[in-house]
Formats: sequence, C-alpha cells, structure tokens
Amino acid sequence: MIGQLLANGIILGATIALGAIGLTMTYNILDFANFAQGELLTFGAYFALIAVSAFAGVHSTFGALSFGWPMVVALLLAAALTSLLAILVDWLVFRPLRRSSIQVALVIASFGASLLLRHLVVLIWGPQPAYYTTNIQISTQILPGVRVTPDQIFLVALTALLVVGLHFFLSRTKLGKAMRATADDPQLAQVTGIDVARVVRWTWIVGGSLAAVAGVLYGMTVQILPEMGFNLILPLFAAAILGGVGSVYGAVLGGLVIGIAENLSVLFLTPTYKPAIAFLLMIAVLLVRPTGILGKPKL
Amino acid sequence: MLEVRHLVKHFGGLYAVDDVSFTVKTGTITGLIGPNGAGKTTLFHTIAGGYRPDRGEVFLGPKRISGLPPHRIFQLGLVRTFQIPKPFREMTVLENLMVAAPGQLGERFWSAWVAGRRVRRQEREIRERAVQVMEFLNLGRVAQELAKNLSGGQQKLVEIGRALMSDPQCILLDEPGAGVNPSLLVEIVDRIAELNSRGITFLLIEHNMDVVMNLCDPVLVMAQGRLLLEGPPDLVRSDSRVLDAYLGGTPA
Amino acid sequence: MSGVLSYLVFFLTTAAIYSIASLGLNLQWGRTGLFNIGVSGFFAVGAYAYAILTISPLTGQPGLGWPVLAGLLGAMVAAGLFALLVGIPTLRLRDDYLAIATIGIAITVQLIATNEPELTGGTNGLFAIPQPVAGWLHGSGGVAFLILVLICVALVYLALERMIHSPWGRVLVAIREDETAASSLGKSAFSFRLQSLVIGSMAMGLSGALYAAFIKFISPQDFLPIFTFQVWAMLILGGSGSSAGALLGSLVVWAIWTLSGGLIQAALPAKLQVDSGAIQIILIGLLLMLVILFRPSGLLGRKRPAVHRSTVPSKEQA
Repeated sequence: MIGQLLANGIILGATIALGAIGLTMTYNILDFANFAQGELLTFGAYFALIAVSAFAGVHSTFGALSFGWPMVVALLLAAALTSLLAILVDWLVFRPLRRSSIQVALVIASFGASLLLRHLVVLIWGPQPAYYTTNIQISTQILPGVRVTPDQIFLVALTALLVVGLHFFLSRTKLGKAMRATADDPQLAQVTGIDVARVVRWTWIVGGSLAAVAGVLYGMTVQILPEMGFNLILPLFAAAILGGVGSVYGAVLGGLVIGIAENLSVLFLTPTYKPAIAFLLMIAVLLVRPTGILGKPKL
Repeated sequence: MLEVRHLVKHFGGLYAVDDVSFTVKTGTITGLIGPNGAGKTTLFHTIAGGYRPDRGEVFLGPKRISGLPPHRIFQLGLVRTFQIPKPFREMTVLENLMVAAPGQLGERFWSAWVAGRRVRRQEREIRERAVQVMEFLNLGRVAQELAKNLSGGQQKLVEIGRALMSDPQCILLDEPGAGVNPSLLVEIVDRIAELNSRGITFLLIEHNMDVVMNLCDPVLVMAQGRLLLEGPPDLVRSDSRVLDAYLGGTPA
Repeated sequence: MSGVLSYLVFFLTTAAIYSIASLGLNLQWGRTGLFNIGVSGFFAVGAYAYAILTISPLTGQPGLGWPVLAGLLGAMVAAGLFALLVGIPTLRLRDDYLAIATIGIAITVQLIATNEPELTGGTNGLFAIPQPVAGWLHGSGGVAFLILVLICVALVYLALERMIHSPWGRVLVAIREDETAASSLGKSAFSFRLQSLVIGSMAMGLSGALYAAFIKFISPQDFLPIFTFQVWAMLILGGSGSSAGALLGSLVVWAIWTLSGGLIQAALPAKLQVDSGAIQIILIGLLLMLVILFRPSGLLGRKRPAVHRSTVPSKEQA
C-alpha cells in the first residue's frame, strides 16, 4: 500500500516538478510570482490534444506505451505553442507593466491573466474533461505491491531527462549562464552587456515548454480539464517554496516531496484534500525555514 | 553607553564584521571610518538589530541588546539613521516625525474608540514636540511637504528629526554628510554638536574627513571587517596604517 | 414594484456588499501594502459562518439557529481567525508569500466547502439562510435589506476611516512606505500587519455574511477566484488607499460588469454566451491596465496625507 502510494507520489511529483521549475525561474529572473503558470500547463495539455486529434487516424504505438509518433509531435507542438503563448502574454500584459510604479502590478496582472486564460479554455474547448486516448493500459508490477503503467514510467523518465538537460543548458551554454546572471542581479547583467530582453524571452520559452510537457503528462495520466492548471497552482507554489525559490533543483525536490506527501495523505484524509496538503506543507516550511530546503537566504 | 564585544557577522564565507570590539563612551561623538566595503554599515545594521549577529554581544548601558529585533532596541533608547535616507515617502515631514514618537496610546487600534480624548491630547503633545524638532532642524518651512519631494540633505535631516522624537540616549548616524550640499552640511554638523552638548551620545560613520576631524573623538577605523585602531582624530590622521587601509581598499 | 426599480435595488445591494469587502482590502493593501489575493476565501468563510450559525436546525441542515446579529458577528470573528492562520506564518516574509498563502486559504476553504457536507452542505450548498429585516417595510422587495446593507457600509466606512486616520493608521502607512525604517523607529511591523490583515478580513467576512443573507442560498460555486479579481479591480480603479475610492470603485466596476454581461447576452449568439466571463475579464482587465499605467492613484487616489488635516498645525511657523 505505502509502496504504491510512494510510486504514485513520484509520478505526480514529477509533473509538479516540471511546472514548478518554470515558476521558480520566472520568480527568480522576472522577479514576480506568476499565478498564470498553472494555465500554461492547461494550455499545453489542450494544444497537445489538437495534435492528437489531428492524427486520430494514425495507429502507432511504442511498445507497451499507449501512444506513438503522434504524441511526440503533440508534445513538441504543445511546447512550442505554449512558449509562444507565454511570450504573447508577457508582451501584452507583463511587459507594459514592468514600467509601472506599483511593484505588485505584475502579480495582480498574472492573477487576472490566469482567470482570463482559464475562461478562454472553457470558451474554446468546453468545460467537459477530455482524454488523449480511450485505451486502457494494463499496469505491471515493478516491485512487490507496486504497480505502474508503462506511460507512468515514461513520464518519470522524461522528467528526469528534461531536468538533466536543463542542468546542462543552465551551466554550460552561454544563454543559460546569462539567465543565471540576470537572476542574480538584473542591473549588473544589463551593464555587463547581457541582452535582458532575450533572457526574458528564453525564460518564457523554457518555463512554457516545461509547463506544456507537465500539462501533457498530467493529461496523459489523469485527465485534461480547464481547471487542471488552477488546481495545480498551489502544489506548484508549494514545491517552489519548499525547494527554495529560485532553485531549479529545489523545485524538483519540492515537487517530489509535495507529490509524495499528497499521495500519502490519503492514508488519513479523503483524496479530495490533496491540494490542501500542499498548502499545509507550504505553511509549515514558511514557519520553520522560509528560504526552503535548497534556497540560500538573500542578503 | 554602547559596548560591542567580539561581534561577528558573516554572509557565507564573507566576514563583513569580524570579531569587532569597542566601547562608545557616554557623551562622546565617536567616529567610525574606513574604506568602502570595510563593514561599517553592516556593523551598524547588526548593532541596531537589522541583522542577527553570528557571534558576540552588544550592550546598551547594562542591557544586552544583541539578538533583539530592531523595534525593541529602539524602545531601549538606541536609534539609527540610514546611509541612503529612508523617509516615509508618501507622508509629510510632520507625519514622518509624529509617527516616530514612542509610546503612543493611539497606536492601539481600539483606542480610537475607548480613549479618544487621551489620544487627542497626546497627539497635541506629539505635534508640539515635532514642531519644536522641526524648528531646531530648520524644517519648519517644509512641514507639510511630502517627504519624497525633499532634497537628499533635507531627507537626512528628517531622519535625524525622527530619531530625536524619542529622546534617545544614543544615535547611530550612517553618513550624515553624504550627498548633502556644503551649506546644509555645516548646519547638520552644527546640529549634531548641539545635540551632543545636550547629552546625546553619537556613533557616526562618515567619509568626509573634515566632518570627522571637527566632530569626532575618538575615531574608530575599520578595514576588511576588523577594527584597525582607535584613537583621537589627530593620531588616526597621522597613522600610516589608516592610509594603507584606504589605499588597499580601493582597486589599483 | 416595477422591474427596473427592483433590478436597481438588486444592483445596489450587490454593489454595496462588494464595497464592504473592498473597504477591507483598502485597509490591507491600500494602507498597509498587504497583498491579499484570497479575498474570496475570507468572503466564503464569512458567508458559511453566517449560514451555519443562523440556519434553523428545523430545516434538516447543519445549523444552530442563532439570531442574525450573532451570525453577522460570528462571521466576522471566523474570517478574522482565518486571517490569523494565514498571517502568522507569512507576514515576516516577502510580500508574495502572503499572496500565495492567501490564495492557498481561498482554495482550501473551497475544498472544505465542497467536501464536508455535514458542515457546509457540500456541492448542494446551504439554503433557507435567514435574512435580517426580511418582513419589514411591508415586504418592500428588498428595500429594507438594502437599507440594512447600506447602514453596514456606513458603519464599516466610518470605523475604518477613524482607524486609518488615527496614530495606528499612521504607523500602517509608515510600514507600507518603508518597513526597515519603521522597525528602526520602534514599530513592530509584524504586529501591525497582522492587525491590519485581521481587521480587513473581518470586513470581508461581514461582506460574505451579508451576501449569504441576501441570496439566501450559498454553494462553493459562489466563491470563485473571480470574486477576488473583481474586488481588486474595484479598489485599484477607485483609488488604492482611499476608502471613498473603494466605495466608488465598487459601484463603477459592478456597473461595468453587469452592463457588459447584459450587452453580451443581447449581442452575442447563444453559443458564445456560455462563458461571458472571459469577455468581462478582458474588459475589466484592460481598464485595470490602463489605470495602473496612466493613473496609478485611481479615481480618488492617495492625494490626502496619511493623517487628517485637522491634526496638522496651522502655518504660523512659516
């Protein structure tokens, strides 16, 4: 029982981690809490749905997985379109407000943008839940008492791959280093000749793409729903705070902790309270160690 | 008056304040000089409670104040000003001063109902006191001006004014002369001397050597987080180690 | 009573109920700089507390059957307690943490409302919520209740104004302007912020209670985040920092919201009407952006000093 809950927790945690990375990056580089991050997940899931439906006639599956080439195309398309959407929202809403003297205008705006995007999803795709496939997958036993579906294994592996890739991107490439420098000190970055506009754009591309993948994975293993992103916003923030705001690895760790804690909570509570568990954990962390597990205190 | 014992404040591996000990004697104007990055402002911030010291102790008179939050330290009679002035920008000069008065009954949200008359009487007293302080600092003309509209020098005066509202025993001044035009600087120096003669002890950071030489005795010299030496201004001025510290503190 | 008139009564009652929440937000954000984006949560706590306290147990619902006045007070206390719960862990930290925690409490409250039918009626909600002064003025179609709500608005307005313009309110502004300087002058920023958060949330709780009494039926669907957005829009448009601005903003924003909703119904094909919310949000959102960019102080912004002119000395010393 516990083993199964742990496995479920890691699967959910991987999804949360991907979404939280984008959140923690925008928080760090653009310096505001983006409440519309959850909607990027939602749009990612729906963009992929477009591609999947377009390929509805193609029968391709990889081994035991429930999907084949169409899903790969869908993932790439979702990442690209979600990045575009993020850049568009930034351009229409956040960029003009960065000049404002009201320091939290951005946060209010992101809250409004999140509402708006959620309503747009309902307007375009309707309020009913959707699925990528109606096939039912057989889960296999990987450890005594732990059953997972091949899709779920794929999900965890893909997340791990993306995190490793992101690590190399941030530590080895010039652009990645510029992003880290901007996060540390935006003014200094500008003075030293870093193209801040480009960094901002790439922050949205990386954050948006990861959010899209997270959304697709969530849609694959749970369901696609207009409120899915909003329902995940609390776990996303909890993960980012738990790991230490600004820390990519912290977000991953935080995501796993939140995912596992939410699943273990069904031992004591009805499953509908899962988001509240994220909230309680977050409050506990803020009380004990507000800089998070991997965060360093700001001077 | 103020005693600092083996104070340490570090940020990761950077020891901004490294085992600093000194005493500010009652009734003095003690100067604190040193090159940029010597840790002077961090020292101030740590003494006043803005940072929690990693080691060491601070005493105000007989009372240990290290580890207390800033508002408690203020209530014990130690006030500070800031290197870059921090006026309450959207409040008038008068309000900036009035808000700083300690022990206000009206600061309990319920007293607007249960003690209206006493609050109003106290408000009158505080206002009179603020008007006196403004006159002393020559701020009377701008009493109704929003603090954000004042010049940098006037904002420094507002900070000193706020500090005076509480009848403090000891004031920490962080660069009262920085960014102040020369005529206003003369006035500020004059006011500090006047306040000192009325019994307030000062510890002040300053880069303007004229101010330090005129006003301060003794003078403490800090470099790279440590206290280099302490002595009367003439001695400090002629000490070669001080010159070295300044030269070494600037990039070649 | 004619349709137009009864609609006007309905409109004004709703706007007035909103304005109480907006007055509370003005204390929190406008005066203290507290970033509460869980307004709908405190509103919901007030509404449910009022409903649970006042509903008659004879209806077969969870209810204590207390008098309505006790229900209103209980709603304020309940909302205040939730504010304490959120404020204590977050008010020492950066502003955004309060924002995240308040939206967290809003979501959690909604989860509880949905999942505890024994307490809240679950998704079916609670009905037969008692309304004060219901039979007065010969069943005037809600005019009596409107008058009661307006009296509540006036009381909250006067109480908050009195506190805002007291030395207490002056400290709040000082903390909003510069927390470091305020604590170096002996003010415990945490304590004052907590007081402001709790008192503002109590106003939101009262607002929720009046809403429950007005509609007489509540369910989790009444307390969506869009409510928080509306209240913020009202405050920013009216003028953050000004209680009068909060009142005016409530009227204006609610009028725009209602009118645009009506226009959409009249103009758009039925298929698109399913979600007129998106268009209304775009409209209000655009308006908000324009206000933030070009008139950050709103219609009646912070032009007055923090303390009333009457406490300021005459210009004799000039």
